[in-house]
Amino acid sequence: MTTQPVEVARRTVALTVDGQLHHAAEGGTLLDVCRAAGVDTPTLCYGDTLTPRNACRVCVVELEGTRTLVPACSRKVEEGQVVHTDSERVRHSRKLVLELLGSSVDLSVTDGVAAWNERYGADPARFGPAAAPAAAGERDAAVTGEHHLPDPAVAATVAQPPKEDNPLYVRDYGKCILCYKCVDACGEQWQNTFAITAAGRGFSVRIATEFDVSLPDSACVYGGTCLAVCPTGALLPTAEFDLRRTGAWAPERQHATTTVCPYCGVGCNLTLHVQDNEIFKVSSPSDHSVTHGNLCIKGRFGYVHVQPPKRRGPDGPDR
Amino acid sequence: MFGAGGGTSSYKEVEDADVIVLWGSNARNAHPIFFHHVLAAVHRGARLFVVDPRRTETAQWADLWLGPDVGSDIALANTMARHILHLGLQHRAFIERATAGFDTFAASVEEWTLERGEAVTGVPGWAIAELAEAYARADRAQLCWTLGITEHHNATDNVLALINLALLCGHVGRYGSGLNPLRGQNNVQGGGDMGAIPNRLPGFQDLRDPEVLARVGALWGASLRPEPGLHLTAMFEAMGDGRLGALYVVGENPAQSEADSTHALERLAALDHLVVQDIMLTRTAQLADVVLPATAAWCEAEGTVTNSERRVQRVRKAVEPPTGARDDVAILCELAAALGRPLFSGVPSAAAVWEELRTVSPIHAGMSYERLEELGGIQWPCFDEHSLEPSFLHGRLWALEEAERGPRAPFSVVLDEPPVEALDDEFPLRLTTGRRLDSYNTGVQSGAFASPLRRAETIDVGPQDASRLGLREGEVVRVRSRRGAIEAPVRIDAGLRAGLVFMTPHFPDDIDVNVLTIEATDPRSGTAEFKAAAVRIEKLAAAATG
Repeated sequence: MTTQPVEVARRTVALTVDGQLHHAAEGGTLLDVCRAAGVDTPTLCYGDTLTPRNACRVCVVELEGTRTLVPACSRKVEEGQVVHTDSERVRHSRKLVLELLGSSVDLSVTDGVAAWNERYGADPARFGPAAAPAAAGERDAAVTGEHHLPDPAVAATVAQPPKEDNPLYVRDYGKCILCYKCVDACGEQWQNTFAITAAGRGFSVRIATEFDVSLPDSACVYGGTCLAVCPTGALLPTAEFDLRRTGAWAPERQHATTTVCPYCGVGCNLTLHVQDNEIFKVSSPSDHSVTHGNLCIKGRFGYVHVQPPKRRGPDGPDR
Repeated sequence: MFGAGGGTSSYKEVEDADVIVLWGSNARNAHPIFFHHVLAAVHRGARLFVVDPRRTETAQWADLWLGPDVGSDIALANTMARHILHLGLQHRAFIERATAGFDTFAASVEEWTLERGEAVTGVPGWAIAELAEAYARADRAQLCWTLGITEHHNATDNVLALINLALLCGHVGRYGSGLNPLRGQNNVQGGGDMGAIPNRLPGFQDLRDPEVLARVGALWGASLRPEPGLHLTAMFEAMGDGRLGALYVVGENPAQSEADSTHALERLAALDHLVVQDIMLTRTAQLADVVLPATAAWCEAEGTVTNSERRVQRVRKAVEPPTGARDDVAILCELAAALGRPLFSGVPSAAAVWEELRTVSPIHAGMSYERLEELGGIQWPCFDEHSLEPSFLHGRLWALEEAERGPRAPFSVVLDEPPVEALDDEFPLRLTTGRRLDSYNTGVQSGAFASPLRRAETIDVGPQDASRLGLREGEVVRVRSRRGAIEAPVRIDAGLRAGLVFMTPHFPDDIDVNVLTIEATDPRSGTAEFKAAAVRIEKLAAAATG
C-alpha cells in the first residue's frame, strides 16, 4: 500500500455566457469561463497567482439577478448563471474605467489598453489637458485629510518623476494604477517581506515604503516579486527601463528563453528576456510548481556575470 | 538514504505538512523560494521548528527556535528519540514492519535524558521535549536540513541521527512526511545522480554491484572496474602526499572554497599539471597550466539539471557565449577523442548525452526532452514514458505484504561527537560559516551584480561578546585560528549567543575566511568541518583602527 493524496472530483456547473451554454468546473470564476470560451476580457489588477483584489473594475460583467455589475475575475461560477459580457451597461462601465485610469495614469506601456480604448470608444483626453506633473517627492508629502479644490480646467494625474534609488529596479509611479498586486505579492501572499503598502487617502493614495524611505533603507530584499506582477510597467528592472528610456527598446529583436537558475539547489525556472544578446529582464513562469513566478534577488538580478563586458575570453575581455 | 541519494519529498508536500523542522538550515536566506513553500504551510497552520545555533531570519519565522551549540546535533536528536520512546510516541507498526536494528538503537539513546541533552546541547529540556512531541505526534512531518548538518567532520552520522527520528515516527515514505536535504548548488543533486561521485555510476547505481557493472559496461563497450575513485577532500590528501600529480577541475574554485585555504593552495601549487575548465578566470584558473574556457551551462548551452526535490529540468541556451568559450560536452568529447577513446560517433550534444543516459539509468528512462518540457520537469524515479511515480520516495516501506516492502530501513547507532577543534582558553570562540541572501559561495557569479543588500565581509559577533571584548560596530579586528589570521570589521548581530561568531565565504579576494576553517573531514562524505573552527578575536592597536 502506498498513500497518495486524494484528488476530490470536482463537479461542473452549467451557465450561460452571451447566450451560449457553458460547463465549468466548480470553484472557477467567470473570468475562467470567459477565457475558455474565447471571450476577450480586459483585466489589470487580476493576477493568476494572487487573490483577486477587485480594484480596477475593468473586467466587470453583467450577471442577471444582481443589482450591480460583478468583477469577472473574482465571481465564482454557479449553476444557472446568465452572464452578459458585452451589454450596454458593461461597455459603458468599462469605457468609463478606462477613461478615468487613462486620464490620470500613464498607461502607454500597459498591454492591451490601446485596443480596449478603441473597442469601448474610451477617450481618456475628454476630461481636459493633463495637470502639470508633481515634482519629485511632492505626492509622497501629501498630507492626509488636507483637501484642495481641484482645477476644473485640467485633469488630475499621478504624473511624477520615476524613483531611481537603487541599481536594480525603478519605481515609476506615474504609471501606477493602485492595483495592489505588488503589495499583496510582497506581503502575506508570497514574499512575506511587507516592504511596501498603500499610504495616504483619496487621490493621494500611493504605494510607499515605511515612512517613504528609499528602497535601500527599507525592508526590501529585491526578490522582484513586485516587478513580476506589475501590469503597467510602473515597476521595471533598471535594464529594461533604460532600454525604453533611451529609445533602444526593440521588441522585434527580443526573445525569451526559460532555463534554470545557476545558484542554489531549489531549481527555480528563469525566463531570460534578451535583446541583442543582452539580458534585460528575468521572470519565472507563474504556473510552475517550484516558483509560482517568484524569485529571490540572485535569480532575478544575479545574471550579470554572463553579460558583457564581465566575461573574459582567451584573449582578454570579450563581447 | 535507503539506497537512494535524494530528498524523499516534493516541495508541494512541504506546503501540505503539519510540522516542518528546518535543522541547520537558514532557508529564508539560503533557499528563499523553498522557504516560500514553508511559509505557505505556516500560513495554513503548520508548526515550524528551526534548529540552528544562530537565531537567523529563518528562526524568526519559527513557532519554536532551538539553538544548540555547534556540533551537538546528534545529542539533540538522540535526546528527542529517548523522549519519544519514553512517552510511547514511536510508530510501533512501522518500526516492526519496515525497520531493522530498533532495539539496539533504543538502548543506545537511553542515556540521553532531557537533563543530559540540555547539558550537552545548551537547549532547554522543555524545548527538546516540545519539538520531539510535536514531531512524533504530527500526521505529516518534514525534516529538512542543509549544510549545518553536513559541513561537519561527522556529517554522515548527523544525517543518520535525523533518519533515526523519521524511522522512529514513521515520517518517511508517505505523502507529506519526509527527509529532505536542501541542495546548495543548482545541480549538486544532478551531478551525484549522473555518477559524478566516486562510488556511483549514472542513475546513482552502485559501482560495486556486479550486475550493474556488467550491464553498464556492456552498454559502454568497456569493462568497468569496481574500485571507487577519490572524493574531493581525499584528492587533496592524495595531492598532499604526492599520490596525485595532475588535476582536472571543471566549474569549481577549490583555491578559495576549500577549508584551510593556505594548505589547499600549497597543494594546488605543488601539482605537476593543473587543468581548469570554467566560465571565469577564477583564482584556481589563475594557477592552472591549461585553462579551457567554457560556456555558462545555465544560459549559454543546452542540458538538464536536477533540483532538491529530484526534479530534472531543462536548461536552455538563451545568449551566445563569448568568442572562444566552448560547451562542456564538446570539450569533454574532444578530449576523449584526443585520448583515443571517442565517446560519440556523431556530433556530440547535450541531447545525445541525455539519450544515452536514459539507456543506462533506469530512474531516468522515462524522461524524454519532450516530456520534461511538457511537465515542467519530472521527479526521479521515472521508469518509462507512460507513467509517473508518486512525488515521494520509499512508499514501499508501508506496503502490507512483506515481500513488497523490500529491504528494511536500518536504524543507526550514532554517538555524540563534538567538533574536532575544541574550544579552550587560547581559542575560546566558535566560528561558524554560512551564506547571505544576495551572495553565493566564493562570489565568482554573485559578485558581478550590484546588490543594494551587499555588505563587505565582516566578523559577526553577538552583543554579549562585543560588550565583553569591548568591540564596536565597524571596528577592524584580527581573527586568529590555529591555521592563520585575517582582519575583518566587526558587525554586531543580536542573533548570535555568547561564544559564537559568524563569517561567510563570499569575499575571498578581500577576506578569506577559509584561512581560518579546519580541514577536518568526514571520511564517508568527504565534507570538511566548515561549520566549526576555534578562533579568538584580537583587538588591533588603537592607531591601526583609527
